[in-house]
Amino acid sequence: MNDRLTIRGRELPIPARAARWVGIVAGVVLMLAVPSFFSSVDVSRMADAGVFILLALGLNIVVGYAGLLDLGYAAFFAIGAYTYAILASSHYNIHLPFWPLLIIAAFVAALFGVILGAPTLRLRGDYLAIVTLGFGEIVPRVVLNIEPVTGGVNGLSALDQPKLPAFGPLQAITFGYNPVPYYYTILAVIIFSIWLIRNLQYSRLGRAWQAIREDELAAASMGINTVTTKLLAFAMGAAFSGFGGCFYASKLALVTPEAFTFVISVTILCMVVLGGMGNIAGVIVGAAAIYGLTTYVLIQLPIWMQSVSDVTGLTVLTTLDFTRYNFIIFGVLLISFMLLRPQGLLPSRVRKAELKGGGVEGSMGAAPGSEVATAPGVEQ
Amino acid sequence: MTIISVQHLSKVFGGLKAVDDVSFDVEEGQVFTMIGPNGAGKTTLFNVLTGVYRPTIGQVLFNGQPVGGLPPHKVTSLGVARTFQNIRLFGYLPAVENVMVGRHCRMHSKLWDAMFNTPFARREERETRKRATELMELVGVARYAEDLARNLSYGDQRRLEIARALASDPKVLLLDEPAAGLNPAEKAALGALIFKIRDLGVTIFLIEHDMKVVMGISDHIVVLDHGAKIAEGKPAQVRANPQVIEAYLGKSA
Repeated sequence: MNDRLTIRGRELPIPARAARWVGIVAGVVLMLAVPSFFSSVDVSRMADAGVFILLALGLNIVVGYAGLLDLGYAAFFAIGAYTYAILASSHYNIHLPFWPLLIIAAFVAALFGVILGAPTLRLRGDYLAIVTLGFGEIVPRVVLNIEPVTGGVNGLSALDQPKLPAFGPLQAITFGYNPVPYYYTILAVIIFSIWLIRNLQYSRLGRAWQAIREDELAAASMGINTVTTKLLAFAMGAAFSGFGGCFYASKLALVTPEAFTFVISVTILCMVVLGGMGNIAGVIVGAAAIYGLTTYVLIQLPIWMQSVSDVTGLTVLTTLDFTRYNFIIFGVLLISFMLLRPQGLLPSRVRKAELKGGGVEGSMGAAPGSEVATAPGVEQ
Repeated sequence: MTIISVQHLSKVFGGLKAVDDVSFDVEEGQVFTMIGPNGAGKTTLFNVLTGVYRPTIGQVLFNGQPVGGLPPHKVTSLGVARTFQNIRLFGYLPAVENVMVGRHCRMHSKLWDAMFNTPFARREERETRKRATELMELVGVARYAEDLARNLSYGDQRRLEIARALASDPKVLLLDEPAAGLNPAEKAALGALIFKIRDLGVTIFLIEHDMKVVMGISDHIVVLDHGAKIAEGKPAQVRANPQVIEAYLGKSA
């Protein structure tokens, strides 16, 4: 009985709550101070990493909470980005401001989440994964082919830059190419998102997601409308992806179809799984770690190896072309990591217990689903 | 008053008639029991009743309203709750949250409330947790509220499942072999619990194998064999019915 769970922050004892708040405030202050200690290239990199943190947080709702494997998540990212590109550029002479577009992009992505989810969420497990995979492939292709709308392979460029309107004594600020305001924006969006997602997790809806993840038939028999509940998970996941897409497009001032390929979907999924499905902190760490690894460590590796060989005289290191082995190194790291720590960097308590206990069936013998024979992959 | 009326119900899987033209009425306030050998179609009938399966032919009326073919969550919100033959708790949720899930269809928080943790959502969560705790007290597992459901003992899991079903404020509680795997003491306690729940105004409809449990607590028994109803009546009548004896013990030479 050592798996006692704490329900949520406000039910913790007072000192633990205080400690928690001190931690949160310290963390936020630290994050606010970051731009003063790093070069603008690094701040820009961190803002980009923030986009992936946001994406991973959104996918975590779908995969970690509701247990729906989504292999086409980048499609919603694309939809968010193109929403911004179309509504805030000279291509159509529509110049909506950035801030409402952040919300609009999230809504549009959520809408597409519903459109994709409505016919497909009757499917389960592997079948759903294949359909989402298809959707993930279709969206970039459609974007590529409806050139008049999306600019085809060239994408849409020269997008508007966000600005803060003049407010009282404050002057209007255009973000320009200075990464600092972008950094603060994504930081604010992430903090807001964490708050929303935590609320969702501990709500009636979040509980329903977890129930469906564990046993869909039992959940339905407890009065949960499984179709709409799964649809909401899909839509919420997509909404955060839309947030991310809008921000990404505004920062880069450019959207092209190849930024939203299958590899992106898989990378985000890796972030969620490696970080710890179902745990917000884990997902953030996972996203930061994988983003850092793929966009910085693996790229710097040849240079680092060069300097190591200069110092140690191990010339063999320079004869190996590490740029060519990027994917091998990444793959080996992923595999060994998942073998050594299958529950993720910071697992949710549920995941931890699951991997210890070996499956939802536990000691009861009969597996869920054994009682009721359903057609493979199709819900009643 | 009749609360559940099963009317000429058949359920066919391919060539197999799992339930074959079965009719009976469950009266409000009864402990109504369905017995029958393995494979007689009892659980299939439960699954039709709760919307897991559509009836092939026939209809089920709940409070006079047809429910055959409604999805499970709708049937539950009308007031029919169930437990499962092979316990289907949400093993990795704390026990109390299992019961709170059972309350889902009586809660009204919307997406908006969930996202922003509105005062309404907070109050509803508090009330739901309180109600869940009360139900866990009723069935006697309140001390395990924060333990993962899977860590409870087998008997306590059966009780927790009953609490979870009761959380939806059902008018009828369907129990699928609640005594399976229980020891004699637990079986006796289960009988008492069933009476306690009935006295709260919940009609009990159970499937049970254990004759001792069945004969002791049932007001009315219906017997299925090979999908068809072969007998119905008071426990004593059913026990004396030659067809029932035959179904259970085989034909004498």
